[in-house]
Amino acid sequence: MAEELVKAMADLKEAEALRIVKGRLDKDDDPMKILDDSRSAMEIVGKRFADGEYFIPDLIYSGEILKQISEMVKPKLEGAAEVKRLGKVVLGTVAGDIHDIGLNIVDFMLDVNGFEVYNLGVDVPAQKFVEKIKESGAPIVGLSGFLTLAFDSMKATIDAFKTAGLRDGVKIMIGGGVIDEEIRKYTGADAYGQDAMAAVQLAKEWVEPNKNPRQRAS
Amino acid sequence: MEKAIDKTQEQLELWCSAPGIEFVSKEAEEAYKKRTRRIADAIQLKKPDRVPFVPMWEYFYARYSNVSCYDVVYDTEIARRATRKTITELEPDAYQAPIFFGVGPLLDALDLKELRWPGHGIDLNMGHQFVEEEYMKADEYDALINDPSDFMLRKYLPRVCGNLKAFETLSPLRNLFAYFTIYPNLFAFGTPEGMEATRKLLEGGQASLNYLTFLASFDKEMHALGFPCWHGALAEAPFDGISDTLRGTRGMVLDIYRQPEAVKEACEKFVRIFLDMAIATAKINGVPIIFMPLHKGTAPSRDGKGGLLSPKQFEEFYWPTLKKVMLGLIDNGLIPNLLIEGDYTSRLEIIKDVPKGKCIYHFENVDIHKAKKILGDRVCFRGSVPIRLLTLGTPQEVRDYCKELIDVLGEGGGFIMDASMASEDAKPENMRAMIEFTREYGVYR
Repeated sequence: MAEELVKAMADLKEAEALRIVKGRLDKDDDPMKILDDSRSAMEIVGKRFADGEYFIPDLIYSGEILKQISEMVKPKLEGAAEVKRLGKVVLGTVAGDIHDIGLNIVDFMLDVNGFEVYNLGVDVPAQKFVEKIKESGAPIVGLSGFLTLAFDSMKATIDAFKTAGLRDGVKIMIGGGVIDEEIRKYTGADAYGQDAMAAVQLAKEWVEPNKNPRQRAS
Repeated sequence: MEKAIDKTQEQLELWCSAPGIEFVSKEAEEAYKKRTRRIADAIQLKKPDRVPFVPMWEYFYARYSNVSCYDVVYDTEIARRATRKTITELEPDAYQAPIFFGVGPLLDALDLKELRWPGHGIDLNMGHQFVEEEYMKADEYDALINDPSDFMLRKYLPRVCGNLKAFETLSPLRNLFAYFTIYPNLFAFGTPEGMEATRKLLEGGQASLNYLTFLASFDKEMHALGFPCWHGALAEAPFDGISDTLRGTRGMVLDIYRQPEAVKEACEKFVRIFLDMAIATAKINGVPIIFMPLHKGTAPSRDGKGGLLSPKQFEEFYWPTLKKVMLGLIDNGLIPNLLIEGDYTSRLEIIKDVPKGKCIYHFENVDIHKAKKILGDRVCFRGSVPIRLLTLGTPQEVRDYCKELIDVLGEGGGFIMDASMASEDAKPENMRAMIEFTREYGVYR
């Protein structure tokens, strides 16, 4: 039964996946197991995306299916056993830029891959990042930006981390629109990622350096 | 048998002949005709005297002239001076009309939610940005398809214009077909909210007229000085039209899976709408070049991985109706100028399917060797000096990049130099390097 749900979700069969979940809940199956299966399915989705078999619409759609399943399962969860998280990530689109499509996809993929994400939204002032890093103790920061103005805004944000004495304690990844490796150098970030799975890969390397040896596509 | 008339050539010849323009001097007239000829040759894949330079400057006009983005958005006189200074000093072969300038009063009158602009949620020195939302709900496809005008008036406008919210209570205008249906169906204009919304609409109408008057008088002034305007009209890929401003990225993606036929039908519906709009506007402007910015069919990488659509979805949902708009424009002698965001290297074989010498493809990112090989005998290329280089690089780096572009894309003609996209944050010295180098090295012998 577990395989059935994993397969339906990974293959993006919305109606079938929801039907299976309903059936399992009706039979008083352990809701935590359903969530575990959903997570396994999302891992397959992520892998298929990284392999070039799936594309952004598949990620968005799988997220939608997952959201519905979570909502169905939630009422049955008693005392909500806290899921063990891999680590904390502070995310946001830098000051001056209000684009969030890429930001939200990265947020979602980090979340389903076991990270606790603090998404600060768009047009985030450097100081707000600083405060969130201090408050959460997150060791990873993701800066998003779509426009050329983000070059300087990302740089200023990272400079603000230095001023606040936080730079050595965090790893910083950047991405979005016109961002590339050259911009990474310009801003002083630790890494540039081209898509949401690159963000997941980087975050995993940074929290568990030995478990996830760097596998660079290029 | 009579030789079929090439309508593209006909329209370009008309453009080159500069009908109705009163030039300030013989030199200005010669310069204008030389420039349009250079561009017309490039578009038709002939060898011009040199590579034309047509920059998509947008807010660079403000940056170059040391005025704020706020100023050009709110004050047409400042906008006029800044744009004129940039054009007359840098002398492009054609200029982009300042279509984002002078709109501040209009945006205020409507309280437009779809944008944030300088002084209104955006720094005074930065250009406007788009706010994507689901302005159309998933279950409203039928309403949109059955009566697009009604949908725009009673659903879309009240949602995107804070000051036109009261229009959601209007009766459908299609109900006004006889005196006895007129009696009860105008009431919503008469309520206090309806009257206020109507007042705001009139204010917006006045602002819209002022904006058009500014653009028209600016074009007249630039034409007289010998600078052709690049902007005939705007059209979109129907998929973008619906995804960008109505359903949003997330909504449209879910529709592809849950109601694919509705998506296709709506895209088909918008082919005619976009065509009619572009054809009529281009005729008024007297410029046969149609700007088509492409958004939602893109991929971030050379191999197409991570794309906003899969190759299959691109071929099924995006390209068919985009192609119909392009072919419809071409049938009317108009030239689609596609601004292709992201990296389309993986889609070159698909977008190759257009008639020869009638389109401009402006790539943000592409493998230029592959592009030339696959599309070189089909379309005129435009671009693509990376804006990163223009914003942060040195003049020498810019020149080196331009050389490669001219050597590869420009070989044999069919190439127009520009940045990879709107170059609003470019350093002026880098912009000058791009222009001067193109003028010298871009000469065809």
